[in-house]
Amino acid sequence: MLPSWVAGATALLSLLIVASFYPSVTNGGVLRFEGTWLPQLGLDFTLRMDGFAWLFSMLIAGIGFLVVVYARYYMSEDDPVPRFFSFLLAFMGAMLGIVISGNVILLSVFWELTSIFSFLLISYWHNNAAARDGARMALTITGIGGFCLLIGLLLLGNIVGSYDLDKILAAGDVIRGHSLYVPALVFILLGALTKSAQFPFHFWLPNAMSAPTPVSAFLHSATMVKAGVFLLVRFWPALSGTYEWFYLVGLAGIITLVLGAYFAMFQQDLKGLLAYSTISHLGLITTLLSLGSPLATVAAIFHMVNHATFKASLFMAAGIIDHETGTRDMRRLSGLFRYLPITGTLAMVASAAMAGVPLLNGFLSKEMFFAEAVETHADSILDRILPYVATLASAFSVAYSLRFIHTVFFGSPPTDLPKPQPHEPPRWMRSPIELLVVACLIVGIIPAISIGPFLQTAVVSVLGAQTPEYSLSIWHGVNLPLIMSAIALVGGTLLYLSLRKYLATCEDGPPILRNLKGQRIFERILVEVSWRWARTLERRFGTRNLQPQLRWVVATGFLAGLLPLYLSGFETREIAFSGIDPAFAAIWLLGICLAFGTAYLAKYHRLAALVMLGGIGLIVCITFVWLSAPDLAITQLLVEIVTTVLILLGLRWLPKRTQGMAESITLRARFRRFRDLALAVVCGIGMTFIAYAVMTMPVPDAIANYFLENAYSQGGGRNVVNVILVDFRGFDTLGEIAVLGVVALTVFALLRRFRPADDSMDLPEQQRIQNRFDEDRPERSAGDTVRDYLLVPSVIMTWLFPVIITFAVYIFMRGHDMPGGGFSAGLTLSIAFLLQYLAGGTRWAEDRLRILPLRWMGAGLLTAVSTGIGAWFFGYPFLTSHFLYVDLPLIGKMPAATALLFDLGVFSLVVGSTVLILVALAHQSIRINRLRAIDAARAEEG
Amino acid sequence: MELVLATAIGVMTGCGVWLILRPRTYQVIVGLSLLSYAVNLFIFGVGGVKTNVPPILVDGVPTSTLADPVPQALVLTAIVIGFATTALFLVVLLASRGLTGTDHVDGRNEPK
Repeated sequence: MLPSWVAGATALLSLLIVASFYPSVTNGGVLRFEGTWLPQLGLDFTLRMDGFAWLFSMLIAGIGFLVVVYARYYMSEDDPVPRFFSFLLAFMGAMLGIVISGNVILLSVFWELTSIFSFLLISYWHNNAAARDGARMALTITGIGGFCLLIGLLLLGNIVGSYDLDKILAAGDVIRGHSLYVPALVFILLGALTKSAQFPFHFWLPNAMSAPTPVSAFLHSATMVKAGVFLLVRFWPALSGTYEWFYLVGLAGIITLVLGAYFAMFQQDLKGLLAYSTISHLGLITTLLSLGSPLATVAAIFHMVNHATFKASLFMAAGIIDHETGTRDMRRLSGLFRYLPITGTLAMVASAAMAGVPLLNGFLSKEMFFAEAVETHADSILDRILPYVATLASAFSVAYSLRFIHTVFFGSPPTDLPKPQPHEPPRWMRSPIELLVVACLIVGIIPAISIGPFLQTAVVSVLGAQTPEYSLSIWHGVNLPLIMSAIALVGGTLLYLSLRKYLATCEDGPPILRNLKGQRIFERILVEVSWRWARTLERRFGTRNLQPQLRWVVATGFLAGLLPLYLSGFETREIAFSGIDPAFAAIWLLGICLAFGTAYLAKYHRLAALVMLGGIGLIVCITFVWLSAPDLAITQLLVEIVTTVLILLGLRWLPKRTQGMAESITLRARFRRFRDLALAVVCGIGMTFIAYAVMTMPVPDAIANYFLENAYSQGGGRNVVNVILVDFRGFDTLGEIAVLGVVALTVFALLRRFRPADDSMDLPEQQRIQNRFDEDRPERSAGDTVRDYLLVPSVIMTWLFPVIITFAVYIFMRGHDMPGGGFSAGLTLSIAFLLQYLAGGTRWAEDRLRILPLRWMGAGLLTAVSTGIGAWFFGYPFLTSHFLYVDLPLIGKMPAATALLFDLGVFSLVVGSTVLILVALAHQSIRINRLRAIDAARAEEG
Repeated sequence: MELVLATAIGVMTGCGVWLILRPRTYQVIVGLSLLSYAVNLFIFGVGGVKTNVPPILVDGVPTSTLADPVPQALVLTAIVIGFATTALFLVVLLASRGLTGTDHVDGRNEPK
């Protein structure tokens, strides 16, 4: 299994790299890497590793490596394993990113990434509905939390004046004294508490247990859920020590601690039990951090490490049990010790650590917690009840740990297992658990030697000068914490014994409270917001009909134009009648008549409307010539030709409509028409006023002069419009030709699946008449009339082919100095192709001509882009052009700017796109013959 | 000149708006074409209306008298893109007509 080897090697390598940094982070040392990203926004790619980050990175990389080894055996051959390992490694990278970010915005980016990879990993088995739901819920909750965190961090950066982590940590007093402290704190806490599954956001974690078990072990117990408490520790120097901190963090922590432990006792799913236990332990860490005392922070950091070791090993053990027996339901599991003696022993040691039994690591941090619970930090009810709450939660944790071991491994042999013969897993699948359990034991027995120095390094980097004296020994004499531990151990055992009967058969979840499901409430809210409200809004304000939508668009556009005019007041100006050229007025009088004609005829006389539309296009073209825009005139004329052909090709597929067809005009329709007419009139009058006002205003001295003055000296061309297109604003043009290419491809793709309506399937009436005419005469065969029709023009069109190509080349070459250029030359060449299709028909043209429009388009785009990239090689920005004039024999002086190459790209792409669009449409008449044949065959079969 | 051009822009806008509010797809496509003429002329007109001074540099002619090339460059690409969107819309309307059997803009003859 190559993927697992790659993943394992990567994880191991990062572990070794992190380990090698240790000498630089001891005694408060900080390792920094700074890369600029967006310095003007204060956002830099700063990485920063101190002792605490080092400890956490070791945890992430170390457990990550063990999880990869474990997953190598856990994942089945049928699963898409490469995807699993790449997600896992991606998550590991993101998690390491959180830990070593030196810029808080960067931290929030990595924070989001962990949420996303957690989503992908939970939904890894995406055929499973529970996995999908759990993944969605986890993403929703942690995503909202991540958003809040970003807001909080932005506020924090605003208070301090920098997003650099070191500056923020050094500005604790400024932050705590600022008026924005409370909002910033609340938002950051929302981020941290959602991620660490703290009450009331805890419910996503049990639902995330549909993930593969290695994921649960890695993300949902050892690392990702620790990101929240990591953040609390990270910002502890900057944010803690206030009443708001104590109340908000403490309340969430204490409730989570007790509730999580209580719920854990009543779970029937092994992983559910572990999940609630994780929630409870995270609550413990949160509670410790709320106290604001340095000693409590030491305990919190210590417990994070301890919890990660024993909980990851327990999850892996649960995974083995699930793997071997086929179930995780504790009602069905019992007496497995005889089948799984080694796994059983390992699980027992790890559960004992979870319960806080002496000589194991869990005991040590729990004792520290008890010692801190007894101390008074912020005198209040919350502080006073803490010792009792701590003991109670600890008793619960003893009870569920005992239950986990007793139910699964002891008692009578299991009777209804899905896989009847469980046995020990492969040696290497167990080895990660062994390592972790040995770590629990070593830390539990000789803490000062094993974990001591590393913990000290981490603590110093967080607390700095505040670092307290603490002792990591097992025996502190008979004191209050030890008595509390004893009470918890005895109480928990008694609790389990008394609940045993009930637990053996009960439903999932604690009595009464099991009906109050966070998940249910969450889903109810989600349905309410994203479905009911959305639907109501849509029903109230939405419409699926185009006409009302357009009506609103037009009306809004009109108002948007009217409002500024209304606000700034109408300026009255006398109307200048002086400069009216009678000829110009005459052609536009015609144009106006044509516009009305088009509007009137477009419904029943499509061809007439199209002809009139073309007439208006010509008048627009004349206007451009008249008003000093020769380039526009050329382009308009050519586009007019291709557009007309295009729509003519489309007309064939539209339904017949003749005037007088039974369409009764209701009162409502009459009203609608009147309303639309009013809207149209109002818009037209408004446009007239605005256009007149704009055109009679003196033109301000804007960028036009810059282009006019520099076109020749900088762009090497005399045709300023063309120089703007291919040089000054070349990047815009590149975007535009890309759009043109995309549209052409879309048209092509849409037409590949085109199927005309049934009533357009038959031959058009004209063709049928012509064919009948041909059939009636013996000397003619069908299709002759079509061929003979317009014979002379078609011969001329055929012969014009080389002439038009030459013309296109001419237009292209002169473009830089005279009207012309890539756009118009491309259109010209495509018209040359088009005329061949018109003259001889599609079949005839394609027998003689292979155009391959896609190649033209690709070559054009590549030419344009590579011309731009070429500038890089000379150390200039993208699309910087270079020009010189070369003297060619016969032709004379020729401009040879790189902009000409760019223009060549434009030309080629325009040819390809235009031809692709038109040919794709023209081909439908041929395709329809095939469709007809298929239909006929089907009719025969049917 | 300005008055004629402004009136023409207004008329084409009005006719275009009327057409895009009609129920048949062909009317909408014709309306959009009319609107694009109007908008192109409008943008073009922003640069001022001048005759016989195309923005082509000739030695000895002061540049300040030439027509504004910026709106021209904008309109030139707008014309080509306008063709592309017309083509796209035409194909969409043909596909819609093929799928639904009607050329009503909503794909059914009577709005619900």
